[in-house]
Amino acid sequence: MVEEPVIKTVDLSCYFGPLQVLKSINIEIPHNELLGIIGPANSGKTTFLRALNRLNYLHRTYSQTGRILLDGCDISSIGDNLLRKKIGIIFALPQVLPISIFDNVAYGPKVHGTTDKKTVGRIVEEALKKAYLWDEVKDRLREPAVRLSGGQQQRLCIARTLAVEPELILYDEPCSGLDPISTAKVEDAMQKLKASYTQILVTNNTSQASRVSERCAFFLMGELVEIGATKTLFTNPKDKRTDDYITGKFG
Amino acid sequence: MPRKISEFIIELCIKLSGYAVVVFVFLVFLFLLRDSLSLFRHYPVSDFLFGTEWLPVSDPPKFGVVPLLLGSIFVTVWAILICVPLGVGSAMFISEVAPKPLKHVLKSLVEILASIPSVVLGFLGIIWLGPVLRNVFGLATGMCGLTGSLLLAFMALPTIISISEDALTGVPRAYREAAFGLGATRWQTLWRIILPSASSGILAAVMLGVGRVVGETMVVMMVTGNAPVMPGSILKPLRTLTATIAGEMGETVGGSEHYFALFAVGIVLFVITFSINFVADLFLRRARK
Amino acid sequence: MTGAKIRQHIAFSVLGAVTLLIVVPILLVVLYVVVNGVGAISWEFLTAAPRQGMKAGGIFPAIVGTVLLVIGTMLFSLPLGVLAAVYLVEYASDDLLTRMVKLSVVNLSGIPSIVYGLFGFTVFVLLLHLGTSILAGSLTLAIMSLPVIITASKEALESVPFTYREISLSLGASRWQTVRYCVLPYAIPGILTGTVLSLSRAAGETAPILFTVAAFYLPRLPHSVFDQVMALPYHLYVISTQVPNIPIEISFATALVLVALVFLMNLISIILRAHFRKKRLW
Repeated sequence: MVEEPVIKTVDLSCYFGPLQVLKSINIEIPHNELLGIIGPANSGKTTFLRALNRLNYLHRTYSQTGRILLDGCDISSIGDNLLRKKIGIIFALPQVLPISIFDNVAYGPKVHGTTDKKTVGRIVEEALKKAYLWDEVKDRLREPAVRLSGGQQQRLCIARTLAVEPELILYDEPCSGLDPISTAKVEDAMQKLKASYTQILVTNNTSQASRVSERCAFFLMGELVEIGATKTLFTNPKDKRTDDYITGKFG
Repeated sequence: MPRKISEFIIELCIKLSGYAVVVFVFLVFLFLLRDSLSLFRHYPVSDFLFGTEWLPVSDPPKFGVVPLLLGSIFVTVWAILICVPLGVGSAMFISEVAPKPLKHVLKSLVEILASIPSVVLGFLGIIWLGPVLRNVFGLATGMCGLTGSLLLAFMALPTIISISEDALTGVPRAYREAAFGLGATRWQTLWRIILPSASSGILAAVMLGVGRVVGETMVVMMVTGNAPVMPGSILKPLRTLTATIAGEMGETVGGSEHYFALFAVGIVLFVITFSINFVADLFLRRARK
Repeated sequence: MTGAKIRQHIAFSVLGAVTLLIVVPILLVVLYVVVNGVGAISWEFLTAAPRQGMKAGGIFPAIVGTVLLVIGTMLFSLPLGVLAAVYLVEYASDDLLTRMVKLSVVNLSGIPSIVYGLFGFTVFVLLLHLGTSILAGSLTLAIMSLPVIITASKEALESVPFTYREISLSLGASRWQTVRYCVLPYAIPGILTGTVLSLSRAAGETAPILFTVAAFYLPRLPHSVFDQVMALPYHLYVISTQVPNIPIEISFATALVLVALVFLMNLISIILRAHFRKKRLW
């Protein structure tokens, strides 16, 4: 039996007002893959990510055509609450709520109806462990999350997302504001999460893409130019534009 | 799920609260209109709008709104003549000249002025300002239009100062820096560049000040003499639209022509202040762009 | 000094003089009321009922009346105003209806207080059969206070960082959950400050209560919300214009109590604002 891909987009096109930001994207992402998305600024990479969990609709001028399927199901038939539970997102700059570390991670389960204190405590601990943050914060869970370093806050965001048990985790240039050590820790977490989650990583850093992803997609000006195994894409790209970007001729 | 239902109810209340505001405006207008129209069943609209005699207790009663309208206009014009130069001038001082600590003190003082209840100023008008003006100008009574204008100017100052000051500080820094780069002094920059580019906001401030003055009741009722005659000089008693309603309402019988006439005066007031505020808001939007 | 500098000096001096011309009277007015009124302030004045047609005794019922009206105004205007602001900031889309709501808020703020008085009389006193009562007066003052509360709440809600909403929604929370947990709690300081300010204005208003609640000589305290009540602003108005032979110190003292009450509320609002600005989390 062939497994349904986690995500399948069919002729997905995205518009902000009259401006077309993504042109007819067709992509399939199988389970447990970490797909890297690279490309210069304004290629539509972030728009693509945010189309998957319908965050683009926070912009008043947004519209899209085409279909997005999650596990074979058209996402337009899935409610916002459930969709965003299944698809989590980590933003570029670490964004934490001005509450305690514990409460930040517990927020997701709370809004989805988990009220039993013991259950929540267990969920928070597991999530923090999976994000490789538990050891560093286990003695200060009640402290304000804003006191953590940038790298720790970003891993807190990962834990927060994991707490609602998603299927798919989206990363929108998550290490752009972090120092190399924190970046390494976040990449480490991503590697270990491959076993249980599908992940999509948008990054401006081609070295990072080659470090963590199995497949890579190159976006340019709203088009999916090329997609293939990371090693092949970086050493032997099929499209000249991909080659130009990777070798640094533009971007 | 009970949560879904309670959320639905809360969100419904939120939407209804938003719409309620629109409903209230309509209701105010509608109820004023309803009772005004009762007047016009027997009393011609043209006599109301253009009549120059307001004699509600004569036989037959006369409900000409012109003396009241002119009373409001006289008092407003004089008030604006006084408070606009003063208000815009202080706004310029506060925003561009005063050093930071002084700025805070001045803004606090203006806020204090804004919070003084109008009835207290009316009281002071009766006790102090009226007699002073009577002596200075040798009048029969100090309860005249000018007393009202001076107090109204004082009351409108916070509106004019704070909105003008917002307009002035809202001028982009780039303009100032460009001017200084060309060697202009602070005064030249203020007069030739900042003031003109803040003009929409300042105009809006003046209009809102006018709206405030036109709508004020207690001060004019207490100090302008309450003489509903065609106003001649600002140094004589007169009557405004607002004071008429407030002063005569207690003397009317519900359902009488006089009663309905006061509502008609109310509609005139409503339309005037509505238009002023509408236009002022347009200017404010233009200023914010 | 160059010519331009001299002109600047003159111009700035003129502006300073103009400002002084405004500032000095403000201080004088306050001082005038304080100096002339403080003499008649006594414990009896503040806590006793009036006697002999206001020539003796105190103004306690008027103080109580004003306080009751302020509380009543808050009960009606705060929930409605905050919810309307939540609608405008969190739920409204960019359509005609939203523009109408925003325009209506502007219009409500421009309606003269006496027109509110007429409206309150015709709707609350007559149509709804509430009679001249605390209830009618509070409702009238509440509608009048709505625009200020809505505007202050709107600003408070808009100042909460957008990222809080984004985080909440991206975790799958509903719009109301987002407002309830990630926006409102952080907007409460601004809402509170705006509310206290709006109530301080309501406390000083006379015109809206002229026909809807105010009574002049009511030596006893109200029994229910359907009773008439004395109120400080109305009281001052009547003793300055309609009652002869009242000792002038009593009038000044009444004015002083009213001004002090309004200033106190303003001061509370300023303190709240400064306190919350220090505790700001972002």
